Parts: sequence; C-alpha cells; structure tokens
Amino acid sequence: MWNTIFPYLLSGISVGGQYALIAIGYTMVYGILRLINFAHGDVFMVAGIVMVYMAASGLPLWLCIVLDLAATAIIGFAIERIAYKPLRTAPRMSIMISAIGVSYTLQNLVLYITGGLNQIYPKIPWISDSITIGSATTKVVTVVTPILTILLVFALVMLINHTKVGMAMRAVSKDFETSQLMGININGVISTTFVIGSFLAGVGSTLYFTNYTTVIQTSGAMPGLKAFVAAVFGGIGSVPGAVVGAFIIGIAENIIKGLDIILFKAGLISKPMGLAIFSDAFTFALLIIILVVKPTGLFGEKSIDKV
Amino acid sequence: MKKKLDFPHIMTVVIIIAIYAAVFVAEQTIAPTSMLFTVLKKGATYALVAVSMNLLNGFTGIFSLGQAGFMLIGAYIFSIFTIPVEQRGIVYQYYNGGIIQFTLPVVIAMILAGLVAALFAFLIGLPVLRLKSDYLAIATLGFAEIVRTIFQWDKLGPITNGSNMLRLFPTFNDFNIRNAEGNVVVYLSTLVPMIIAGICIGIILLLINSTYGRALRAIKDDEIAAEAMGIHLASHKQIAFCVSSFFAGVGGAMLAMYQTTVQAKSFTTAMTYEILLIVVIGGLGSVTGSVLASFLFVACSEWWLRFLDQKQYISGHEIPLLRNGFRLVVFSFIIMIVVLFFRQGIMGTKELPDLFRKKKTAEGGAK
Amino acid sequence: MKKTFAIIAVVLCFCMLVSTAAFAENVVKIGVFEPASGDSGAGGKQEMLGMQYANFETPTVEIGGETYKVELVYADNGSSTDKAPSAAQQLVSSGVSVVLGSYGSGVSIAGSQYFADANIPAIGASCTNPQVTAGNDHYFRICFLDPFQGTVLANYAFKELGARTAYSLAELGNDYDQGLATYFKQAFEALGGTVIADSFPTGTSDFTSYLTNAQMYSAEVFFCPVSIAYSTQIVQQASSQGVTFPILGGDTLDSNVVANAAKGTDVNVTITTFYQEGANPEFDNGFKAWLNSNSEYLTNNGGNDMIAAVSVMGYDTYYTALEALKAAGSVDSAAVKAALPGVTLTGVSGSIAFDEVGDAIRTSAFVKQVDNASGDWNFVTEQTVD
Repeated sequence: MWNTIFPYLLSGISVGGQYALIAIGYTMVYGILRLINFAHGDVFMVAGIVMVYMAASGLPLWLCIVLDLAATAIIGFAIERIAYKPLRTAPRMSIMISAIGVSYTLQNLVLYITGGLNQIYPKIPWISDSITIGSATTKVVTVVTPILTILLVFALVMLINHTKVGMAMRAVSKDFETSQLMGININGVISTTFVIGSFLAGVGSTLYFTNYTTVIQTSGAMPGLKAFVAAVFGGIGSVPGAVVGAFIIGIAENIIKGLDIILFKAGLISKPMGLAIFSDAFTFALLIIILVVKPTGLFGEKSIDKV
Repeated sequence: MKKKLDFPHIMTVVIIIAIYAAVFVAEQTIAPTSMLFTVLKKGATYALVAVSMNLLNGFTGIFSLGQAGFMLIGAYIFSIFTIPVEQRGIVYQYYNGGIIQFTLPVVIAMILAGLVAALFAFLIGLPVLRLKSDYLAIATLGFAEIVRTIFQWDKLGPITNGSNMLRLFPTFNDFNIRNAEGNVVVYLSTLVPMIIAGICIGIILLLINSTYGRALRAIKDDEIAAEAMGIHLASHKQIAFCVSSFFAGVGGAMLAMYQTTVQAKSFTTAMTYEILLIVVIGGLGSVTGSVLASFLFVACSEWWLRFLDQKQYISGHEIPLLRNGFRLVVFSFIIMIVVLFFRQGIMGTKELPDLFRKKKTAEGGAK
Repeated sequence: MKKTFAIIAVVLCFCMLVSTAAFAENVVKIGVFEPASGDSGAGGKQEMLGMQYANFETPTVEIGGETYKVELVYADNGSSTDKAPSAAQQLVSSGVSVVLGSYGSGVSIAGSQYFADANIPAIGASCTNPQVTAGNDHYFRICFLDPFQGTVLANYAFKELGARTAYSLAELGNDYDQGLATYFKQAFEALGGTVIADSFPTGTSDFTSYLTNAQMYSAEVFFCPVSIAYSTQIVQQASSQGVTFPILGGDTLDSNVVANAAKGTDVNVTITTFYQEGANPEFDNGFKAWLNSNSEYLTNNGGNDMIAAVSVMGYDTYYTALEALKAAGSVDSAAVKAALPGVTLTGVSGSIAFDEVGDAIRTSAFVKQVDNASGDWNFVTEQTVD
C-alpha cells in the first residue's frame, strides 16, 4: 500500500511546495490590502516567460535566475503602483476588478509576444536530473522544493516577526488607518509586500517550470487559483497557514489523480472510475467546505465586523 | 410599478422600437454573412448574461463569479433536450445515442435551462450566500469549476456526452422562415435572439424597479442597516441569486445556439471575467450600461479591432506591431484605462430614460 | 465621456472600412482555418506552412478561362472550440470560396456549422475524427480516419510491441483525443488486451501522477494521442521518471518539437502518421529550400527544416482546393462545393479521391519512431488495414 501511495505523495509534496511559494504572495497581499490579487498567478507565469527569453539571449544561467527574480519583483512592484495604488480609496470590488484586468492584460501581452505557443523552459543543471527514492523516480527539484520552501518561509517569518519592516507590516494588516496615523509609510509597506510576494512567486516559477518544462500564457491561471485556495484554506493573512494549505492541496490533488489505482489496490472498487479528472474540482470542493465550516481557514484569526 | 408616460420614457420606447425595426430591415437587406449579425447575436447573448450578473454585483452587492458555471448548466440542459432524436446516434457516438430519447420545443428547453440553473443556484446558495464579499466570489468561482468537471465525467456520458461536443441542436439560423424549397424568405436569425434577450432583460428591469429591487439596493448599500429595516437578508439574497442564475442559464442556452456547439471545456473562469469586465465597463448598477457595453465589447473583439491581428500596409509600408494577438493587447489596455480612469463605466448608474431627463444629450451616444 | 466613446467607435469603424477596402482584380480567396496559437498552435503553423508553400509555388489558378490570383485569408481558431466560431465567422464574412483546415478535429467540428450555413465547402488536412464529415455535405478531408488509425495503433501495440495492458491518456473535451482513445481501446480490447483510460483537464502541466498510474497498472504501453503541447511534457516527464514503457501516439505527435523533446532521453516514442520524409524528394527539397529562405518560416516550423506530415497534408489540400475551383469554373462557393466530390488528384501524400461521406479513400498509415540520439523520425513500417 505504501509503495502505491508514495509516488503520489512525493509529487504532491513537490507541487505543494511550489503552490506554497505562490500562496504566500496572495496571503500577504490579502492580509494588508484585503485584496485578492488575481494577477499574482500571472506574475508567476511572466517570471517563467522572462526566464525563457533571458536564457535564449545567451546569458549564463545563474545570472538569468538572479535577473529573473529581480525582474519579477519589479513587475510586482510596478503592478501595484500602476493598477492598485490609484484605487486605494475606491470600493474593494473596483480593486479586485482591476486585478482581473491586470491578469487579462498580462496574459494577452504574453500571448502577443510568444505568439501563443508553448515555450520550453531552460534546463537548470543538477535540479533537472533524475533520482530514485524508494518506489519512485523523480527529478531532484521534487526533493529540493519542499526544503527550499520551508527555508524561505522560515526566513520570511523571521522577517515579519523580528524586523522593523515586519512590524510595520503586522501593524498595517491589523489596522490600516491607525498605522497610517502612527507614521508608518503605508505605501512603502505595501510595495515591500508586493516585492516579497513576487520574488517568492519567481522562485516558485523556477522550481515549477523546471519540473513541468513548458510555459504558455495560461500557465499561471490554474496554479494561481490553487495557490489562492491554499491561502484561504490555511487562513488568509497567515503565512504558515498558506504553506500548510498549499501542501495539503498539492498532496490531495495528486492522490486524487491516482485514486482509481489506490482504491483498486485496496480492493474498494473493481474497475477504474475515471476519478482522476476530479483533481482540480476536489480542490474547489475542499475550499467551499472550509469556507462554510470555518470561514477564516485553519489558522485564520476571527475578524469582527464593525458597523 | 406605475408606468409614467413622460417624455423620457416615451423616448426610450421609441428608441428601442427603432433599434428592433432597424435590425429587422438590416437583416432583410444586408448579406447574412456580414459580421454585423454575428455581433448582434453574440451581443444579445452577452447582454442578457451581463445584465443578470449586474443584478447580483451591481444591484445587490453580491460579488459572484459563478456566471460561467450557470451558463454551462443552461447550455447543456438546452442542447441535451433539443438534439433531434435521429441525430443522437451521431452526437452520442461513443454512448450509443445516449439515454435521453425525446426532444423538447426550443422555448420550453430554454426555460428549463434557466430553471435547472436556478435550482443549482438555490442549492449552492444555501451555504455560500452567507459568506462575505471576496469569500463568496471565490466560492462561486470554485463552484463553476466543479460543475465544469462534473459535466465532463465520462460516467455521465449517456446524458452529457462526456467531455465531447454536443451539437446538431437548433441554432439561431433555424429561426429564419424558409419556403418549401428550403430558401430563406424572412430572415429572423438576429431579431429573435434580440427579442428573447429583450424580454428577459425587461423582466429583470421589472424586478429591479419593484419593492424587491429597492430592498436589494438597500442590501447593497448597507447590509446591517437593511436588516434593521426589516429586510430578510438571506431570502432576498437567495432570490436575487436564483433569478440571476435563471437568466444566466437562459443566456447559456442562447450562447449554445449562437456557437452551434457546446462543450464544457469552454466555460472557463476567463468567460466569467469577460462578463464581469463588460458589467464594469457598462457601469455597475446600470442595465443600459451592461447592454451597451456588451455590444461594444463584442463588436470590438470580433469585428472592429480584427484588423489589428493582421499585417497592414499603408502605401507599401508595413505598420509595425500588427500581428496575431495585438488586438487583445490593445483591448486589454482599453479595459485597464476604463477600470482605472473611468471607474463609473459608460453609464455609471444611469439608465436610458435618465439621458433625456436634465438636458437633451447627444442622441448618438445612446445607440 | 460618452462622447469619447462615440468618437472611438467612429474611428474604429473608419479604420475597419479602410482595412477591408479591396482592389478590383481577379482574386479568389481561400480561407485558412488553422490554430496559430494555443495547444495545437505549433501543429497548425506547420500545416499552414504547407499551404503557404503551395501558394508560393502556384499563386494563380485558371478558373473559367480567366487567371485568378489566389489570396489566402487566415483566421486563427486558437486551438479552442470557443474561439473557433468567431474565426469561422471571420472567414465567412470575408467571402472565401473554400476553406482549408483545421488541424484538430474539435475546432473543425465547432466551425463546421458556420461554413454549412454560408454554403462554403471545407477541406480538412489532418482532422481525423469521423464526426468532422459525418452527417454533412460540405466538409471533406484528405487524411485517414481515427477508427483506422486507432486500429493500426492497437495492432502495432499488441502485435509488434507485444503489449497486453495499455494505459491511455487523453485531454478532456478534445474530440480528437477522446475519439482516437476510444477507437484504440475498442481495437485493442478486440485483440484481447486491456486498456485503462484516463483523461486530464485542459491546461495540465503536471503529468507525473498519470505516468505513475501507468506504472502502477503495469502498463506495457502508454498511449497518448494528445496535442503537441502536452506530448512534449509527457515525454520529458516520462524521461525524468525513468519509465520503461514505450509512448505511443497518433498523427499529432508527428512534429520535430516532440522529436526534440525525446532527443537525448531513452524514451521510446512511436507514432502513426500520413507521410514519411523522403517519399517525394522533389517536394522535400523544394520545401526545405523554401523554409530555409526565411527565418520566420523556420521559426514556425519549430526551428529546423524537418518536414512535418501535416505540412504535406496542408500542401495537398491547397492543390485539392485549386482542382475544385478549376472543376467548378467559378469562384462561387456553392459551385466549388458541388464540384468537390468529383475531384481527384495525385498529391505528395498519395492519390486523393473522396468517398460519399467526403472522406479520402486511404488505406495506409506510416509508423515512425524517434531516434533518441539524433532527434529524427525513423521510418518503421507502413501499415495497411483492409
């Protein structure tokens, strides 16, 4: 039984780690601006495309990665300045629609630049190699992802809890107006949040596309949506929650893909049911259930509506 | 609602009748392959769906992103029940012709499409309508994705044809009146969908202008205050949600007729986003705005901006940048400009009669 | 602000009028209904290259005693069935006499009704699903059909590869994939084998768990008749997962993009297709010279000058259309439609004639395999089914 489940678990942990890196961006932005940044998944995709073009230009790969992460952070910063900052006083729905507009624009820009064809992601040495663990053979990146994710999250939590910027972030997410009155540079904090979120999405994109090798303008949509679900699942606004949620969703999704064979080997069904197609739907079902049962997610704080 | 037959309302009625008459005349005189009719047909479909979404997002303040899911349900119910029995063998080729072996008349099937969509809305509304704005948005979005997968499951194939295409059901072109030889005598393939959309939008307008509608607006402005005034939040939201989904279902049936084929795969979140953008461009809280924006949106994307996708030459010089995909880039920039700088959209919260109220505004702007 | 919108609308109308203004000369328009973007974009572009080359070779046609210049009108159906209707409408409204395409059966079916309503015939180059031509009189095609291809593949898997358990993976909602997978399953099970069929949603990029499924079921062959975009990912992920079973695919996998993905790995990729490079050296050389003459063509062909079978099919459809125009003696689409059933010609891919449904009469398919060292396709065998 263990040998049957293990490969799915491994895939799940790997993809979960990648979702986690995207989910952090969602959860931090939501924590501060109360905004579902629908464009975040597309920032992740753009990071992949930028990498493809940089590698094609012939720069050394390590430099490409560094420049790509920097570029992604700048894109995140620019999006906030151009599309969200002017709407700070507008109703929340306006900002969310602006986010959808940004997502639409990024996808169409990439469609135009790439001609709408799949781009092959450059092969990064070592992490693209195959290794065998137990009953599964996989890429090194599968193993590297969760470790790197946890390290980055640890660093981030330290930053939030033990630095001045982190303190400002916590203050802003607690009470936007009061922290402004306290002399906190709101715009600086928000920009920092976007830069960190986009940077992590950039790291996530490097890992994700090393695993799945092709990038197209819609590549960011599904991972983005799932990462968002992960953020909600873990309790939006909470970084550790987003990470836990992401791993749960990544694993659940891969188990569903193999559910037929798992149930079959366990003797619960006699022939395959075609359940694999529910891998995405299950994520959303999980989302609706958690929202209905515990709207603030696993680790979320209870918020009180003020009249 | 007491109909006040003052000048603005008379003007509105005149304009609407004039538009329908113009469409009828155009259909008899212009070649049926013209892009104009494509735009009008698709525009009418989108107008209905956009108005139904506006009822939720603009008038009730429920931020729902499930529109594509309800359209999918409508489109499937409609096509499943209208494919002629003798064609089912071809369509359901992998499922021995499917298990449904009868057909319903088009109008009944459309109403049924709406009813089933409304039923699903009722069921999903019970848990999710309690959620707050963005949580509700994401839950309805998730619901649409779940519906999409369920309809693609091959175990339901005898009903839904699995993930394969449904086709050969009646389309808009079947509204044309033909003589015995099969030649078209009177073209109605554009007028009829516009009339259907018009009737549905009229019903939504009646609802908006009723006491219910005023209650819905009160909920939008302040839920807690509305509740304090004695408005039952849950039931009002539920009714708005079901009515909106009913018309989204009918809109889905219309989309099926427009597209001539139906496939669950195409009812993505991108479709919902597109409709939401139409609503925003038209103005949240304006039915006229949604209708106008639908036609403009469809005309731009299908017709007016098409030339941007092809290489163009002016006196032998190639215009730079123009190639496949440029249309969408320009289009998305226009949308961003509207979202950022014209937050009220085309109409704000104004309706067509309002344009004749204060001063005579340019008639051209109201087409 | 309303004024601004009105002005924009008027300007757009004007632009549109200018852009559609045509010059009066003898021009016959042929619609190219192909995906230039999306999952099948790479294949669609290769099919278009064949048509463009044919158009470059023969840019005019004699119709009713007059010389007409052939103008190709392109419409990108985006590989998706919801974009296909507007692309079809675009061709219809630009007044084409005949439509070529599309790569991918689903989009062909989705656009079909629009051509039917406008009485415009269409000639498919590589859309192999029976539904494309079944039950209508305007859609024709010059390639073999999936029941045939599925049988060839099943026979190959069962007899040549000796497989008894096959895992088949198709994209949800892709009529080509689902159809071919079904026919493969029917044929393979008729031979006495077992097929486990799975589907994945559009946009999937993580195939590791599906590959694991195949390993868990101890499948001896992995059948994936999917778009180029997915097959490259499957091949690469199969390589890093160290799978031992061969990957089997249909005509969509016949692309240098897929061969490149398999290059340098030890994954066995075997496919069935319409044409084997080298069968017609004259065409091969001409086409390669043409491809190398323009960097844009090379890019569209996936970066090198390897000949994709779909390019050959595109080339042949163009000449089929020209023959139909000549036979019709008119640029009127209805006349072309009436003339098409009687058209016969010898194309690069073999002789072309239509049966009563509008399908090409074809009885053979080529089996090819990737050479993992060079990244070329090696000819394996030519399969016929009676």
